[in-house]
Amino acid sequence: MTLLEAENLQTVYGPGCSRCIESTGDRAGTNQCSHCGSVVACAEADLGVEAAEVLGIVGESGSGKSSLAELLALERDDDATTAGDIRYDGHDGNLLEVDYETRHDLRTREIALVHQHIRDGLNVAFTGGGNVAEKLLSAGHRSYEEVRERVRELFEETEVPVARIDDLTHTYSGGMQRRVQIARALATDPNLIVLDEPTTGLDVSVQARVLDTFRRVQREEGVAAIVVSHDLSVVRLLADRTLVMRHGRIVESGLTDRIMEDPHHEYTQTLINSVI
Amino acid sequence: MTDHATPPDGETPDDEPPDGGAPVPTDSVDAALASLDSDGVAGYNYAYLDEHTKRELRRSMLKAVAIPGHQVPYASRPMPLARGWGTGGIQASLSILGPDDIFKVIDQGADESVNAANIRRLAENTADVSTTTDTTEADLIQSRHRIPEEVLTDEQRLVLQVPITDALRMVDSSDAANRRRHAHKNYGKMWVHLYENVVEYGEIQIASRYPTMVADRYLMDPSPIPRWDVPKLDDADHLTVLAAGREARIYAVPPHTEVEPLAFEDRSFTVERFPGRACHACESTDTYLVEVSEGATESETDTFETRYTCNDSSFCEKRRTNPGIPKDHHLDREGVDWGPELSDVATDDAENATERGGNDE
Amino acid sequence: MTVLSVDGLSKTFDVYVLDDTRVVGLDDVSFDVREGEFLAVVGASGSGKSSLLNCLYRTYDPSSGEVVYRGPDGDVDLATCPDRTIIALRGDTIGYASQFLDEIPRVPAVDVVARPLVERDVDRTDARATARRLLSALAVPEELWQAYPATFSGGERQRVNLAQALAPKPDLLLLDEPTSALDPETRRAAVDLLSSYPGSETTVVGVFHDTDVVEAVADRVLVLEDGRLQRVVPVEAYDGEVVIE
Repeated sequence: MTLLEAENLQTVYGPGCSRCIESTGDRAGTNQCSHCGSVVACAEADLGVEAAEVLGIVGESGSGKSSLAELLALERDDDATTAGDIRYDGHDGNLLEVDYETRHDLRTREIALVHQHIRDGLNVAFTGGGNVAEKLLSAGHRSYEEVRERVRELFEETEVPVARIDDLTHTYSGGMQRRVQIARALATDPNLIVLDEPTTGLDVSVQARVLDTFRRVQREEGVAAIVVSHDLSVVRLLADRTLVMRHGRIVESGLTDRIMEDPHHEYTQTLINSVI
Repeated sequence: MTDHATPPDGETPDDEPPDGGAPVPTDSVDAALASLDSDGVAGYNYAYLDEHTKRELRRSMLKAVAIPGHQVPYASRPMPLARGWGTGGIQASLSILGPDDIFKVIDQGADESVNAANIRRLAENTADVSTTTDTTEADLIQSRHRIPEEVLTDEQRLVLQVPITDALRMVDSSDAANRRRHAHKNYGKMWVHLYENVVEYGEIQIASRYPTMVADRYLMDPSPIPRWDVPKLDDADHLTVLAAGREARIYAVPPHTEVEPLAFEDRSFTVERFPGRACHACESTDTYLVEVSEGATESETDTFETRYTCNDSSFCEKRRTNPGIPKDHHLDREGVDWGPELSDVATDDAENATERGGNDE
Repeated sequence: MTVLSVDGLSKTFDVYVLDDTRVVGLDDVSFDVREGEFLAVVGASGSGKSSLLNCLYRTYDPSSGEVVYRGPDGDVDLATCPDRTIIALRGDTIGYASQFLDEIPRVPAVDVVARPLVERDVDRTDARATARRLLSALAVPEELWQAYPATFSGGERQRVNLAQALAPKPDLLLLDEPTSALDPETRRAAVDLLSSYPGSETTVVGVFHDTDVVEAVADRVLVLEDGRLQRVVPVEAYDGEVVIE
């Protein structure tokens, strides 16, 4: 069953013109329109995610993967002009056109985003537990004990020491903060989690633990995920299928092991060879 | 505090006369003062504020009534006292007072406080109203930090002075972000505050300005009234107008509006309790008591005694002469739900009283 | 009954990073695999053994040809069917064991092996019992069952990997040198298990290096040479001869 189906997603920074699309992308070799100077962060992007499936999006910095992820996570960037169509199971109409309230509701219950930057995803002045509780409280949970119990459960599930539950989030290590974000994202049993660069800024051993935790929890909960990373090993470990982005376009997509072992596109080959 | 009509001492008056009328003689300070004195209150518009200001305030109040709990901006005027001293309340009161109204002003439950007395006098002088200290007699009550103990009727209006209008300021200093939250009824952050409060203290410990939902839509700061008074706003017969001078915002709780303090299902909202205590003057056990430290009156020794007394001084006064008088004594009905539930409090009190009695003596 | 029909399977790689070199991995390979059969794939290094297995599992995109799998839900051309069909088949009826274990660290070996069963809704206790049986049959010391495979030796990890692939008894099992890192003794245990555990319905296509293993487990032998099919013979007719450079 398809959970999310997106067509022709597009994010443009700048005034935009009629020739933006033709003058950018993989063939043009740039994401900046030579006519109006606008940056086409992503365009002509079609993708689908099924229930419990993990989709990887890889590409180098500026390839448009984060812009795509933001669109899918229903983040809004007021500086950008966005277009496209996102259909979501059980919801009528285009998710990109819903009002604030519906969007807020979807983001509270259905589609969770784990931000690349901790401060975008967590309120560091709250306790770690408070950050996770916020999701539940926003979703209308009103029993303190139940909220408390669920937060404890989520801490255990994501391997954040429960003893730290009432410490302020800014006292947590980077890896713990990332896991608190994952706990927060999982709190309301969403159907889809968007992970933006889940390992950025973490040292290697901590990265492994965060990824392990996520992979285990993702499988146990049967939640679908979109994992955005410049790091191929992250996507290799997590994703069933992978999209490769360059200059704001999806240049290749397929089974993750196929992309890694038998890359077709010249750019993908370079990308994979540059790592291995 | 200087009287509103008296110019500052020792200063030469401006060339422009305050009323824009005949020029004030400038040959001597005394002459200038004399000419102003003769003008007196007559130089001012009825109820101090000009008609445009009053109309704008009334419109804001109507809007506030139409959207219960929503903060409506208004053009807060300079008043003859500093902002933060009740200027919002004064403007609200003065714009709805008429000459037939009886006005009561209390400050933390007391009619005699200097601030309350001055506000009362301002209304007397400029709006030609009569005043009272008896809650049941008043048509309009302006108050700071309290709602009177005696149940207000649908003929009465209450104006509360508000220092901080937004309950969300407690959790986020950004008014822009908070306005967005109100617009979308997004109060998750306040709930986290309550959650962390329970984590820290085992219960919600917010002494005053208790975050309160109005008509299940807007989160409201009920002004710094004690928790004791918050239940009085729920389904009340009277209109409550909350006005802030410094922040230039007015909001309201219309009669018979649902007002619900935020709390968890299993960590409920509780009011202040005074187990085993009674007012030392009227012996009341069902009113909001405050601790007072006084020198033992007769002998002027250094020993101070801690006692409890009603915070609502005028009702305390009444009970001293008529001890059995209930809070809804002046209504046609009886048993009006007003203020905190006391049935279980009474039980608790009785138990606690026995326990504590031993310790105290 | 034929369960897998490979017809004209070719795989070429256009390697842009090597000045657009075209490398031929498989060239027009055709063969059938019967249900319940154990087909061993042999050949020299670079003869295309792993390419063939990768094409069957779709880790490689075949360049041309058909790989018709007659699965429980009808015929599927594994060479061209949608990615999600492959994902579904992998989760359900097609198993694969590579030479290397790619597992979540900090999961005990017994749970690594039990995982495919649990994902197929087998009760966790039953799944662990099966896992223990397989680990025991593969002579993995009992004290390692609760330890993390990431800390194991190459041979131990390979056995955990093999046990994991065997556990759900997939209809079609693809094995890529599952015994390459084993010493003779444990290899014998693996061979015993390979010849006994897969049920009569399980079809196995496996790449093997060692003639003794091939002779012990295979029904037929497919010999590859430079990406081309050299011959497919019954194991009785197989002489162990592969072209070795």
